Amino acid sequence: MGTTILEACKQNQVYVPTLCHHEDLCVAGVCRICVVEVEGMRTLQASCAFPITAPIKIKTSTPMVRKARKHIIDLLLSEHYGECYSCFRNNNCELQTLAKEYGVDHYNFGHVDSPRFEIDDSSYSVVRDMDKCILCKRCVRTCIDLQEVGVLEAIGRGYKTHIGTFGEKPLAEVICINCGQCINRCPTGALRANDPRDEIWEAIDNPNKHVVIQTAPSPRAAIGEEFGIEPGHSFTGEMNTALRRIGFDKVFDTNFTADLTIMEEGTELLLRLYKALVKKDSSVVIPQFTSCSPGWVKYLEHFYPEFIPNLSSAKSPQQMFGALIKTYYAKKNNIDPANVVSVAVMPCAAKKFECNRPEMTSSGFKDVDYGLTARELAQMIKEAGIYLPEMPKSNFDDPFGDASGAGLIFGATGGVMEAALRTVIELVTGVKVEKVFENMNIMPVRGFEGIRYAELPITNVGPVPKVLAHLVPNWDWLKGVTLKVAVAHGTANAKKVMEDIKAGGKFSECHFIEFMACPGGCIGGGGQPIPTNAEIRKKRAQAIYAEDESLGVRKSHENTHVLKLYEEFLTDGPCGHTAHKLLHTHYTKRGKFIS
Amino acid sequence: METKSKKRTGPVIFSGYERGSAITKALSMNREDILLEIRESKLRGRGGAGFPTSTKWMLTAAALSDEKFIICNADEGEPGTFKDRVLLIEYPELVFDGMVIAAYTIGAQQGIVYLRGEYEYLYKSLQDYLEQMRKDNLLGKDILGKKGFAFDISVFLGSGAYVCGEETALIESLEGQRGEARNRPPYPVNTGYMGKPTIVNNVETLATVPHIIMKGSEWYKKMGTGKSSGSKLFSVSGDCEKPGVYELPWGTKISELLQLVEAANTKAVQVGGASGFCYNKSQFDRALAYEDAATGGSIMIFNESRDMLKVLDNFMEFFVDESCGQCTPCRIGNVKLLEGVKMIHKGEYTFAYINKLKELGKSMQVASKCGLGHSSSNAFLSILENFNEEIFNRANGGANEN
Repeated sequence: MGTTILEACKQNQVYVPTLCHHEDLCVAGVCRICVVEVEGMRTLQASCAFPITAPIKIKTSTPMVRKARKHIIDLLLSEHYGECYSCFRNNNCELQTLAKEYGVDHYNFGHVDSPRFEIDDSSYSVVRDMDKCILCKRCVRTCIDLQEVGVLEAIGRGYKTHIGTFGEKPLAEVICINCGQCINRCPTGALRANDPRDEIWEAIDNPNKHVVIQTAPSPRAAIGEEFGIEPGHSFTGEMNTALRRIGFDKVFDTNFTADLTIMEEGTELLLRLYKALVKKDSSVVIPQFTSCSPGWVKYLEHFYPEFIPNLSSAKSPQQMFGALIKTYYAKKNNIDPANVVSVAVMPCAAKKFECNRPEMTSSGFKDVDYGLTARELAQMIKEAGIYLPEMPKSNFDDPFGDASGAGLIFGATGGVMEAALRTVIELVTGVKVEKVFENMNIMPVRGFEGIRYAELPITNVGPVPKVLAHLVPNWDWLKGVTLKVAVAHGTANAKKVMEDIKAGGKFSECHFIEFMACPGGCIGGGGQPIPTNAEIRKKRAQAIYAEDESLGVRKSHENTHVLKLYEEFLTDGPCGHTAHKLLHTHYTKRGKFIS
Repeated sequence: METKSKKRTGPVIFSGYERGSAITKALSMNREDILLEIRESKLRGRGGAGFPTSTKWMLTAAALSDEKFIICNADEGEPGTFKDRVLLIEYPELVFDGMVIAAYTIGAQQGIVYLRGEYEYLYKSLQDYLEQMRKDNLLGKDILGKKGFAFDISVFLGSGAYVCGEETALIESLEGQRGEARNRPPYPVNTGYMGKPTIVNNVETLATVPHIIMKGSEWYKKMGTGKSSGSKLFSVSGDCEKPGVYELPWGTKISELLQLVEAANTKAVQVGGASGFCYNKSQFDRALAYEDAATGGSIMIFNESRDMLKVLDNFMEFFVDESCGQCTPCRIGNVKLLEGVKMIHKGEYTFAYINKLKELGKSMQVASKCGLGHSSSNAFLSILENFNEEIFNRANGGANEN
């Protein structure tokens, strides 16, 4: 297929409006807002869907084109129930923007005055308000084509067409993985995350509650976009100050538990390899899969439940932190954990579901009370009258303090793998990772290619470090082994890897595979600022990698707060008894069948 | 309903034909000569759109692919059209011989009849007929002794969606997807069923081919007008003494047809079904032809007792139901036009708003994604235009209420 008319126009600085078009998605050509005149053709053509295969003459602004576009906006508005000022997409809505651009100042063809649909807020993660849907099918193409999950599809015909789920079931009862990618691509407010702001404000305003917040690496690299800043700028220190001014009692860095995840998950990997390669334990499965992306975890539970044993039992950083806050932290500071309200700001919609998993109560309480998206946090900051970019910078609170760069790069696809390798290479070979990879940057696992594969031969081994001495006697058995790792982001890519593993292909011979549900990893998560596209995701990743390079500590096992935690609290070490109780979890075989 | 006992006569399709004879003749010809013959005949698509048949065939023939398909569009869904049903019941030899000839010409191995869901009762007889063709070596391998020419036909039952008569929606439906029109280009001649080069021809188009092969393009194009060659089947219904399927040369005037079917006191003729145009008395000298009053065959006659607003209401209800719902102008536009009709009915309208709706109707004609949306406002625009006085003088007792 040649260049589309839309692409050609863009290359020539001619602006053509779009609605159903999205750079990440396949062509639909259904909204018709991008119609143009093509010489020799009787009807107008959708520029997003028209490939140029021979020289053609195009007119993008003629009376017929302008009138058609205005009619399309009029028609969409006539069906679009809800008021702009009570919509979370107010000022960031593509329909609203177009209405403004085309000078719509009244409803030419009337306006619905009552809802046609019930809002589906059954899901912890995604809320569907189909009265605001304009049937652009971006969510359908996201779910079916981009993510290959296939929960959303058009149902009914003609005027009765609407986007629905299998059997019109609530979202919570179908095989939605909660990735929220549909939210990021919805042009209106028809899809949004399940918003806990009211409850959080209530907790903040309650003097008896000790409200703490942990912040994941990706929101800080994107939240500036909500304040009109170009993508690619981190606001870590500014966000810490803003959070304290909002009223959070403590601000913690999720990167701390990302470092802890590396210790636990890395140890688990080494243990798996030891059991499989040395002890010849046939019950141990390899490759080990990462488990920090809750979208990916639920995807696996639905689509490949037979591979649950491959998932690392390590909880995600969010949930590890939750378990520590209401145990270690509460005890250390003499706070009743019943009065602790634990909030997590995440780039993610699925984290809202994850914190509500019934098994996530190892502290004796709900480990994390609320998952908050970067978008929702930006809203809270604005509500508090704060302009984030102007905030003075401040650090994270003790006892967890500032974390390593390894924890930070968890935000980008390949980041978990890189963080794990920085630690595993050093712990096993005793050689500084910067001697192997220039500036500690493990480039083979970086980038945005959907699936990446790398081999790292282990030629020499060092002594077993103290922290792991209770688990393995030596590393001799790893000498000469080539460590095979892979990275996949977006569940469509995950599916390719899983199918290869099922077929006994090259990925079945991997030792460790990082999977992220969202394209680009967490920086492209379903809770991040809207819009998203490849360019934006790239800039967010650059911001994270740049911040990593600016940090003094860039390896998880060098995070002194983590080492202190093992000394003070998790005294039987990584994958020890206490760690298992608080930092590890189990999964549910869900399958694809909907009852 | 039409019955088989009726003796039909007509210049082309309803003239005599011996089963298999055109296949025999075609197999003795060069493929290029067949294409040339079809081109010279100026045969155009009989479903209504009137695309030159030879162009479709030539493009498909030229497309490089190890697999090609011939699809017979028997999703006869245009209101007031029933000629394809007559062909499938009474003249299957024409339709299927036409498919075999098309397959030979373009190099297709498989043919599919996309049969309208409501014609399920024809399914068995068509299967039986195809089985007989296989026994007689008119289908299968080395057809009629032509080494290497293998072709077979299957029948696929549609599910009742009007839009599946649109060729790309039909292909989507065949592939098991929602019946929704595709973006074009690419066209089915290159990227059709299963992504392979595909011809989608109307039943009547295919049924015409054997006669052109037998008697030649010169003979064929003597009939009709310059731009509309040959003859056409018309499905005539409504207020007349002799409704039914008629074969007449293109260029026949509406008034001539009305006389033939013994229509009296005719007020309006809807040419081309719900998606067509409605003509009033002053326009009955218009010619039935692609370049004038175009139609895929549907002719609906309304006499003086009919309420044109109700007629229009009925058409708009149809489109509101049958829009596939994917593109904005068609999905919502038709609802707005129907609302306008209801407003007029209640007398609660302004001319300014009706004019807005007319403008909307014109946008729908150019901005919709497929032929359905392009034509769904035709009835609205033509009835309001041609029956202006009746419709807008209702309150003054100008219109009948029955």
